[in-house]
This record gives sequence, C-alpha cells and structure tokens, in this order.
Amino acid sequence: MLSGILLFNQKGELLILRAFRQDMRPRLADVFRIQVISNAQIRSPILTLGSTTFSHIKSDNIYVVGVSKGNVNSALVFEFLYKLVSLGKSYFGRFDEEAVKSNFVMVYELLDEILDFGYPQNTETETLKMYITTEGAVKSEQRALEDSSKITMQATGALSWRRDNIKYRKNEAFVDVIEDVNLLVSATGTVLRADVNGSIEMRAYLTGTPECKFGLNDRLTLGETGADTTLNGNIGGNKASKAAAGSVTLEDVSLHQCVKLSNFTNDRTISFIPPDGSFQLMTYRATENVNLPFKVHAIVNEVGRSKVEFSIAIRANYGSKLFATNVVVKIPTPLNTATTTHRTSQGKAKYEPSENAIVWKIARFTGQSEFVLSAEAELSAMTNQKAWSRPPLSMQFSLLMFTSSGLLVRYLKVFEKSNYSSVKWVRYMTRAGSYEIRF
Amino acid sequence: MSAGQDSKLFTRGKVAELRLELNSSGGKKDKNFSSKKIALKKIVANMTMSNNDMVALFPDIVGVMGTQSLEIKKMCFLYLVNYARSKPEIALKALPILINDLEDSNPLMRALALRTLSYVHVKQYVEHTVQPLKALLKDSDPYVRKTAAFCVAKLYDHDRHLVEASDLIDRLNMMLRDENPTVVSSALASLMDIWERSESIKLTIDYANASKIVQILPDCSEWGQTYILEALTSYVPQDTSEAALLADRITPRLSHTNSAVVLTCIRVLLYLMNYIESEKTIASLCTKLSPPLVTLLSKGPEIQYLALRNALLILQRRPEVLRNDIRVFFCKYNDPIYVKATKLELIFMLASEKNIKEVLTELREYATEIDVHFVRKSVRAIGKLAIKIEPAAKLCIASLLELVATKVSYIVQEATVVIKNIFRKYPNQYESIISTLCENLDSLDEPEAKAAMIWVIGQYADRIENSEVLLEDFLDGWADETHDVQLALLTATVKLFIQRPSKGQDLVPKVLKWATEDTDNPDLRDRGYMYWRLLSSNPAAAKGIVMGEKPAITAESEKLDPATLEEMCLVVGTLATVYLKPVHTVFRSARARKLIDSPALQKERLPSWQAAQQAKLLTEQQMASGAPQQYTNGNANGGRNADALEEADALFASMGGQSGNDGFASSPTHGQHGEQSQMYIVNQGQGLGTMRPMTHADNGGGDDGDLLSF
Repeated sequence: MLSGILLFNQKGELLILRAFRQDMRPRLADVFRIQVISNAQIRSPILTLGSTTFSHIKSDNIYVVGVSKGNVNSALVFEFLYKLVSLGKSYFGRFDEEAVKSNFVMVYELLDEILDFGYPQNTETETLKMYITTEGAVKSEQRALEDSSKITMQATGALSWRRDNIKYRKNEAFVDVIEDVNLLVSATGTVLRADVNGSIEMRAYLTGTPECKFGLNDRLTLGETGADTTLNGNIGGNKASKAAAGSVTLEDVSLHQCVKLSNFTNDRTISFIPPDGSFQLMTYRATENVNLPFKVHAIVNEVGRSKVEFSIAIRANYGSKLFATNVVVKIPTPLNTATTTHRTSQGKAKYEPSENAIVWKIARFTGQSEFVLSAEAELSAMTNQKAWSRPPLSMQFSLLMFTSSGLLVRYLKVFEKSNYSSVKWVRYMTRAGSYEIRF
Repeated sequence: MSAGQDSKLFTRGKVAELRLELNSSGGKKDKNFSSKKIALKKIVANMTMSNNDMVALFPDIVGVMGTQSLEIKKMCFLYLVNYARSKPEIALKALPILINDLEDSNPLMRALALRTLSYVHVKQYVEHTVQPLKALLKDSDPYVRKTAAFCVAKLYDHDRHLVEASDLIDRLNMMLRDENPTVVSSALASLMDIWERSESIKLTIDYANASKIVQILPDCSEWGQTYILEALTSYVPQDTSEAALLADRITPRLSHTNSAVVLTCIRVLLYLMNYIESEKTIASLCTKLSPPLVTLLSKGPEIQYLALRNALLILQRRPEVLRNDIRVFFCKYNDPIYVKATKLELIFMLASEKNIKEVLTELREYATEIDVHFVRKSVRAIGKLAIKIEPAAKLCIASLLELVATKVSYIVQEATVVIKNIFRKYPNQYESIISTLCENLDSLDEPEAKAAMIWVIGQYADRIENSEVLLEDFLDGWADETHDVQLALLTATVKLFIQRPSKGQDLVPKVLKWATEDTDNPDLRDRGYMYWRLLSSNPAAAKGIVMGEKPAITAESEKLDPATLEEMCLVVGTLATVYLKPVHTVFRSARARKLIDSPALQKERLPSWQAAQQAKLLTEQQMASGAPQQYTNGNANGGRNADALEEADALFASMGGQSGNDGFASSPTHGQHGEQSQMYIVNQGQGLGTMRPMTHADNGGGDDGDLLSF
C-alpha cells in the first residue's frame, strides 16, 4: 500500500513528509516537484516512474500526494486522499497551506494514526476526535489515559462512527435533500443528457444509540430491479407510464457506512444508527423523469463577421409558489467581442471580458414566469478569422422545496430504548450541476 | 497551548539554539513543558524541510523522550523514525524506552510504541520486536492486536528471514479467528502484504473461511471491507454453486459509498463469474455492475478517471455491462482532460450502428472545443468509426467534411490523415471528397498530414485532374521535408508515372535522382533504387507491384489480447488498470495473479482459451490447405507487449509516416516509433533521475494525461 504521504504548497514547497515504508525516500519529494508541480504538461493525477507511483489530488492551494510502490489499489489511494482532506477540514475548518502549516504537528499525529504501514486505519472523525484533539494538551492526555480502552473499542468496533453516552436535551434530526441537476441540450433542442446527482445530508442530534428508519417515495424503483427494463433505462420508451406521481426511479444509490446494506438489498429499507452530527446518508443518481426546472430557448445569429445577435428566453417550469434564487446565465461571446448591448425583461446583464461571456443575473425567479434577454455583440476585426467554437450557454441556480428526480422523504423514524420523542426537519433543494445548452 | 498558531514555527532553525530551547526547563511555572514542545515543533518543521543538521540533535531527543507527556513522546517518535537509519548507534539508546512502553497499562500507548518500534529499520530494533510482538498479538485489547497484526508485515519488510524463521506468520494466521472484525481484516491485509512480496508463501482460503470473512464484512470499516474483498480473490471456488452463493452475498457492497469497496467488489464478482456455470446467474450479476460503475462518475475526477479506465476493461470482458449507457459517458464541458480522453475512448468502444447518429453529433461538438489534443482525438475517432462501423461510413465522412469546412488548420490536418485511412478501408469509394481535400492543400504544414495528402494524390493520380501540378507544388519543397514526407513523395510520383506516364515522365527522373543521390537516408535511397530498377527493367511488373491491390485495413485491433484481459480483470481498481497494461510490464516485481484451475472453472468460456482454440483451428486449416502462414498484417502482431490500443495507434501513426506501404518490410524509422511508444509506458529499471520522454514526438505532442493515445 502507500509508502508515504506528501503535502506541497502551490509553489512546490514541502509541508509534510511522512514515510510509512522503507522505500519512501525524501528525494521522492523532489521527483514529484520536478515531474509534476513544475511540469505544465502533466495532465494526469497518476504518474508512474520506475516502480514508484505518485497519485495526487488538489485541495485548495495544496497538493496531497500518495506515494506507492507496486500495483496498489488505486481506488483505495484516492479515497484515502479524499478522506484525509475531509478529515483536515473537519479538524481545522479548511485544509489549505495556512491550515497545514498552522497545525503541522497535528497533521503528523493524524497521519500516524490513520495509516499504519501505509494501510488506512480507522478514519472516522468522531472516534479520532476522542483522542487526537485540538484542545489543551493536559486534558486530552488525561482523558486519553482514562478512557483509553473505551477509545480502542470504539476504533476497532462495529460502531466506530458513533461514541457512547451522547446526550441532548432536545432531540432533533435535520434532513437535507440536495440535488444537482445536469442537463445538456443540443443546438436543435433535443435533450442529450438529463440526470440528477442527489445526496441526502443529515444532521442528527440524538441521544443514546438511536436506530433510524428512513422512508422514501412509496414507489421507489431501483434501476437494477426491473430486470427486463433495466438496461434501456434512460433511453427506454416506458417513460410515460412511469411518470405517475409519487414514484421515483433511482438508477443507483450508495449509502453511508452506517446503513445496513443487507436490509437495503432485501426490502429497500434504509435503517441505520447515525453518527453524531452531520454526515452524508446517501447519494443517488436518477436519469428517468427528470423534471427540468428551466427551459431555455436560445437563438444566436452571426451576422457577417462583425456582429452576433443573441435572443435568449428562459422559462421556469416549477410551481408558481416556488422561486429560484441566484440565477446566473452565462452566455458565451466570441473571443474578439469589442462591445455589447443588451436588454433584459428581468435582472441585470453585464459583459465580462475576462470570461468572454455576457453574464445575466436574476436574483429571484418566480415559478411559471418567463424572462427574455436580447443582446448584440460587436466584433473587432481579426486578421486570421477562426470559426467561433460556440461553447454552450450555462446556468446556475438554486431552488428550494423542489426535487428534479421527484424524490420525497416520507418518514424518518427514530427508535431508542429510552423512547424519547424527536423532532425531524426536511428540506429540499435543487441546484444546477452542469446545466448547459448548446446553440 | 492552543493549536492552529504554529505556522510561525515553520522556519529554518539553528541546531545550537534549538538544543538550548529543548533542554531548558522552562522554569517552575512551565508544568506542561510548553517550551520543550515548541522546540520540538520547530525541529519537526525543520525535519520536513529536509534540514539535515537536525540529525545532530539526536542525543538530545533521546534525552527528552522519557518526559511524561504524550505529545512530546509522539514528536520524539516521529523524529526517531525519520533519523534512526542515519544514526543507528544513537537510535539504540531509545530502544529500552520503547520496549518499556510496550508494557504500558494504556493500550493506546502500547500500540503507539509497537507501531513506532516496527517503523525503525535498525537490526536490533527488529530483533527486539519479535518476542514482545508474540505476546501483543494476543493482547487483551483489540486495538493493540490490530496494530500487532500489521506489525508482522512490517517486520517481514525489514527482515523476511527472521520472520520466516519465527512462528509469527502462523500466529498471524490464527488471528483470522479473532472475535473482533477489525483485527481479522487487519490480519488479512497483513497476510496479503506478505504474500505479495514472497513467492514462497501461499494463501489459500477455502469456502468455510471465505464464508466466514464475508459474514463479518458489514461490521468492518470501509478500509477493512476493502482488505477483505481483496483477499477473496485468493479463494478458489471448487464448486460452481459456491461461487454463485458467495457472489450473491457480496453484491450489497456495490451500494457502498466508498469507491474502493465498490471497485474491489466488482473485481471479486468478475473473478467469481469465471467459476459460475449458469449463464443466467452471470447475466444477472452483469446487470448489477453497470449502475455502480456509472455512479462512480459523480465522484471526484480522479476516481472518475479510474472508473472509466476500468470500464474500458470490463467492457471487453463482459460486453453486456454498460451496453446501453453510452450517454453517461458524454463529456461535460468542464471535465478534466484525462477524464474527457478516456470518455472518448469509451464512446468509441460503445458506438454501434444504432447510436451512431447520436455519437457523431457529440463528437462533432468535441471537435470544436479548445483543447487541441482533445479536438484531434475527436476527429480521429470519427475517422476510426467510419472504419469500424461500415454502414455508418457515409455519415462519418459527412461529419468529417463539415469539420474540414471550418478551415481550422489542425482540424483539417487531422481529418486529412483519417480520410486517407478511410480510402484504405474502402478503396475506390467516396472519391468525391478528394476535391474538398484538394481545396485545403495550403493549410497542411504537419508532416503526417502532408504525407497522407500526398498518398491520396498518388493513389488517385488518374482521377485527379491536375495531380501532376499538385504533386509538383509539394516537390518544390522537397529538400525541407521530413523523410516521411519524402518517402511519400517518392512513392506518389512513381504512382503518378505508372498511371499517367505522359504527365509523370518529367517528374520521375528528377525525384529518383534526389532520392538516390541527394540523401543520406538509407530507406529513401533503397526505395529510390528499387523503384528505379523496377521501372527500368519491367514496367508491367512495376505496375502490378506498385498499384496492386492491398488488403483493407480494419479497426479490430483496439482490444487487449485475451491473456492480458484475463489477468487485468483480476486486478480491477489497481494502478495497472489505469495504464491498461499487463501488471508485470508496469511493475516488474509485482506478483503475478492467475486464474487457478478448479473443477468449477469455466475454461471454455475464457477469452484466452477461446483464442487458443481459434488459433488451433486456423493452423489446422492452413495445414490442410498446405499453405504456410502467409500475410501477417501489421496489426495482427500479438507478440509485442504493448497493449493493443497503443499498437493500433502505432499502426495508424506509421501509416501516416510510411506513405505507400507497398508491401515492403517496415523501415527502421517505423520500427523506432513502436519502440518509442513502448518506452512511454514506464521507464522500467531505470533510475528515477532519468526522465522519460515527455512528448509523444510522433503523435502530435505531449498528451500526457492519457497514456494510450488514440
């Protein structure tokens, strides 16, 4: 597995070097700096030189690098690097150069704990925070000595994500259903791709060891269940019949470590003992019956070589009681745009030369309404006339109380031996993932 | 002392000052040793900055190590692990402290000491760890036991003979019966690590064991689950129903959020399928593989990349997986280039007569993007689709012509190259496009594109009205051209002369003279003389040879060879799958994995077995017909280690380079290209200091993201 972990800043200065095997030599840090950081041609996150492989990700302004020898499990390496970053964020708020420099001893301490001989060990924040703390040293040491056996049970046990004796005066659970809707429409208006990446984020403030049961739409179908209709999922012609209200078809789901996967496979119930605090319960993907919040109609004409005319109409497809906020439409213009003029029926438009685009912002977009932008871009003359590549128009927005997939949370039950009552809150939000319209 | 303020300590320090600080008592008020801690932090920071002066502080560090503070101890241990190797004699002084800590009442302390002890690569350390380790493997605390389990693999790394002489591996084996799931998974990981490095160790897991470790899967951490799943490929099913049962029991893991668990689970399922007889079971397992693979595409770009590379692999072994999912591989505008390039390869593989329209719309879109390499690959893909899917050739060519109409230089050039290949696949068809090509002659400035265009002119000299004028234009620059272009010019001129003697008679002598007298390139000279001899001695034979019919090219060589494919499927999710190369060509010392024979193994369904059967059949037929093995096409060259995709690439590139390909043995320049692309994989056995060639010289520049160029 991993031979070592390296952290660099943007300039290639080494912030952390931890070796886990003998074959990890300090000079490998120089090799990475030369071959990757100062090499503009590198375009892959994986580089193998000889038998040494560098796998790197970037977090803010630092490089997080796993060094390995031999044919290691690459998924494990990257998942671990992601985990390291998220662990760093949960400890220090951020995981950038400043945070690492300010806490380098703690980073070393964490690394020593979460990797042994290069094999990832327990990486659950909850458990780690019991004995690797940012608090005063005396307290943590004493507590570590007293509770050490409890900690070790926790770190190796089946419930490593939750500690004992959690108490809340008010028991609450917050559920956020967040969907990123991705859309790609061709110039002729056909939908090339429409899918939803959703996640259910939970914040649980519950006493004791609560067993939670989670219920989604009554008619929840998973891509794989209907063996005969399975594979033609997104292209299949059975869309209309399935569009019945209240049903949702999820292509695939992946569930947090705490969810009992065998229960889910058997009867689709999501039962779990949640970690304390916030965590991501599940992520899912839907490709059928995607409700698109916005419909975009774009007409772009190149008039000769000196002018481009834009006429963009956007219609909100959701109920009139809802409204989207922070709607930003980015309309690309040719590279040699000199000036632009524009009129909008709502919101403000502005030409951003650095982005080569007209950016149209609408603070509040009420359901069922339609707004229009018309604009003209004057082009400056160019000596070598290259065809304009017409990159797609893109949108950003966030829309509360709406799910593109149609997913609904029907119930969340909490069972605990002391039988307390708990309050549950559910919130839905749909955001633009990559929402692109070609023209 | 509060955390989060240490960045100011991240400065270079002097040994003498740090020593003073470290040894100062800090006065009576300093109960928490905060001055010592600050000094230690500075030392650790300097260690990171490879300030090698710090090694002088070793004796002082050993002195402080006994301080009753866990924080100080941890920093001292870190220092020890770092410098013990360079000063083993001083490191020895710390040994008693660590040995003592192994008996601490605090399990965290015992584990920390053991972990540190086993990191130190000093003979005495290793020797002194063996005895206490035996006791700690049976420690009452599971945390200590799992640390001890990994410790065995660490000792094995230091001194394998010592470990083999002791009974540590047997004891580690016993731990597989531990009641704690984390201990079991750690012991398995440790055993696998030892197994990986030694041919002398065998790892056999029978059904009862496999069944037991699958049972504890849900109770393990995500990492533990991965270790257990990895170990499962060492289980050889003896009975096909056992394999099916086990496969069924691990499928819930496909819904796990950690992609290492998911991909490793896919690996095990693919492995077990080799031992499952029922085609129905296999089909139902296959349908379960698609959704999780696609879901990985919503992870970080690095995992996406890995998933896509593996999809390329899985698709070849089990084409029914992902069959209808082509849309999910369409590129997003902001995908990183390495993701885009791999998606493009997948789109190419999944393209069929049914979805070709959709695919072409998409590829045309990519061909107008900004990244030049990606654009070129897209254009190339359209051309290759024309060759791969015969009924769609017309559509593909129409798309290419649309792209040529953009007049963007690199698009035109790339299109010219692929159109040449289309002519080679469909000789004497689609000739109407020649005129479009001729309109863009001026924009060709790359040798590969020039050579391609010249080939077209030569091949169709009798149908291009002013072919001799066009050729003459190119000949004007003869002296400045690369050898590849010169070779193309030579052959094209000869072809022109053969087809239209009156037009070519002025040009041929001139070119033959240049090729034979004014060059120091042996290939050019040899070919020049050959043509000369041929034309002067027997013009009729010359026509038969130069303009003879050649076999049509195919796009079939995209695939990995069967044996490699089988091997790669056993290592799904590992680095080798990113490179799509046999493991031993990338990592020489890696232990080979093979499918182990058993009564349950479905031999006749293995790709390698099927290929062997086919080869056998072929030789039998040839024996029967009495003909020796005849024409071996360039791309049927399975002997080379380079993987098939790259081979195809080399083939295409060499086609561009070698203008006529008129049945002569390939020239050294051509061969060199093959070598070069092979070297590009990994520089084996060479020191790390040596750079690998960073640019793919023949293939249009440094597309490093994708080791398999399209």
